Amino acid sequence: MDLHLDQITHRYDGAPVLDGIDLHIPTGRIVCLVGPSGCGKSTLLRLVGGLERPSEGDIRQIGTPPDGCLNPLTYVFQDFALLPWRTVAGNIALVLEDHGLPKSRIDAVITDVLARTNLSDFRDALPKQLSGGMKQRVAIARALAVEPAVLLMDEPLSALDSQTRELLMEDLVGLWTRQAFTAVYVTHNLDEAVRLGHRIVLLSRRPGRIRDIVEIDTDLADRRAGQADLEEKRAHLWSLMRDEARAADAELVTHG
Amino acid sequence: MADPKDGKPVPFRGGGFAPKPIAWMGPLVFVTLIAAMEIGTRTGVISNLTLPRPSAVLMTFVSLWDTGLLWKHVVPSLSRLAVGAALGATAGIGVGLTIGLFSHIRAGLVPVIAAIFPIPKIALLPLFVIWFGIDEASKYALIAFGTFTPTVVATYGAVDSVDRGLIRMGQSFGLSGLSILRKIVLPGALPGILSGLRVSLAIAIILLVAAEMLGAEYGIGAYILEAGSLYDLERLFAGVTILSLLGVGVNWTIGRIERRVLRWRV
Repeated sequence: MDLHLDQITHRYDGAPVLDGIDLHIPTGRIVCLVGPSGCGKSTLLRLVGGLERPSEGDIRQIGTPPDGCLNPLTYVFQDFALLPWRTVAGNIALVLEDHGLPKSRIDAVITDVLARTNLSDFRDALPKQLSGGMKQRVAIARALAVEPAVLLMDEPLSALDSQTRELLMEDLVGLWTRQAFTAVYVTHNLDEAVRLGHRIVLLSRRPGRIRDIVEIDTDLADRRAGQADLEEKRAHLWSLMRDEARAADAELVTHG
Repeated sequence: MADPKDGKPVPFRGGGFAPKPIAWMGPLVFVTLIAAMEIGTRTGVISNLTLPRPSAVLMTFVSLWDTGLLWKHVVPSLSRLAVGAALGATAGIGVGLTIGLFSHIRAGLVPVIAAIFPIPKIALLPLFVIWFGIDEASKYALIAFGTFTPTVVATYGAVDSVDRGLIRMGQSFGLSGLSILRKIVLPGALPGILSGLRVSLAIAIILLVAAEMLGAEYGIGAYILEAGSLYDLERLFAGVTILSLLGVGVNWTIGRIERRVLRWRV
């Protein structure tokens, strides 16, 4: 299932945050949205998943979601959004319970996604017992459990330290290599973008407009930190973003 | 280079502001206070009219136990407390949830709650007697009404404090409204509701005594009222001690419940 964004403009109390965004998200690819803080990239992600309605323009799903898909547009949040009173298995069960699946099926799905995210030993742990990286793995497992057509990832690694981030990037590459998924990946970290993105969309500072789109053809599994061609793309993106980021940093905060 | 031995140690400026449980402190304060009362009344520093002798209160307590009168007073009081507080807390949690969830109900009811919260419910006892009769029903109503308002306020505050990120997560996975309420809002509000219940139940005990001061033959309130009108300080204090123990018991029970159901808290 592809997603197509047509002339998306969004305003908060009249102040534009996004302006005329046209974007195509093809099946089986990871599209990274990067930009300086406050450029509206997270807002754009909320619009794509239907958590907010755009002021203008529309977002279309093209094609049908795959068989067995319970929730076509599925988020992975920066702060993990795990229920602290439920165990790892319980948090995954939460998103399956409303679909009238038999208990045995729910158990089978949980076992499968925990195995895919290397969490099988943590099935009965509570979130407070887990490190940040483990929590985000649980959130990814939960997202995989509903067999999404498109994963919407909102700075999924930004709350983690750099070692954990590196490990989780490898996990994501592994997951994608085994079974290619479609994702919109919001980040302010250009290293993440060039490691995980097939297409990198650079937004300008507010109101967010598309500044540039960079395609990277290297296979995800072949990318390494500090590789020359990736470093070159990264430098190119940073040269475009640098002044925007500086200007955005110097702006007064107008709203939360 | 200067010799390190010449330097002085960096002064320690941290520490404190970190409460830790000290189990023996509470009992120690109680024992000291009671011992001071005992010694004061025995030596005559405190006159017998000012305070009863703790040992005399204990003797009154023992004779209450021996004659079986203790249970005759405590059992009806406990059942009144249980029924009244259960009614009030249930209704309070229900109304608090609807206020927390629906803007219209919030806008309509919050001013009403604010208006009835400060009314001393004891003042309404005659009204309740007219409405529900002099028997148990008016006592239940008074206790329930007194428990209701603080429970409402605690509950909608607790609902407001539920992490909105978790609710958005539920919506983003297509959970039904009922599922979000049952599996996200209610458990998320539970800590706030339970700490509200501590206050509500203490108020319920206060109102229990008030309710029993009118038209009750047995009950801790009736016992205290009778002792008070006779200026029988020993019996008065024996009654008051029962109430304190009741309060400590309720608090302890809620603490146990919290420890059980809020194990997930960091």
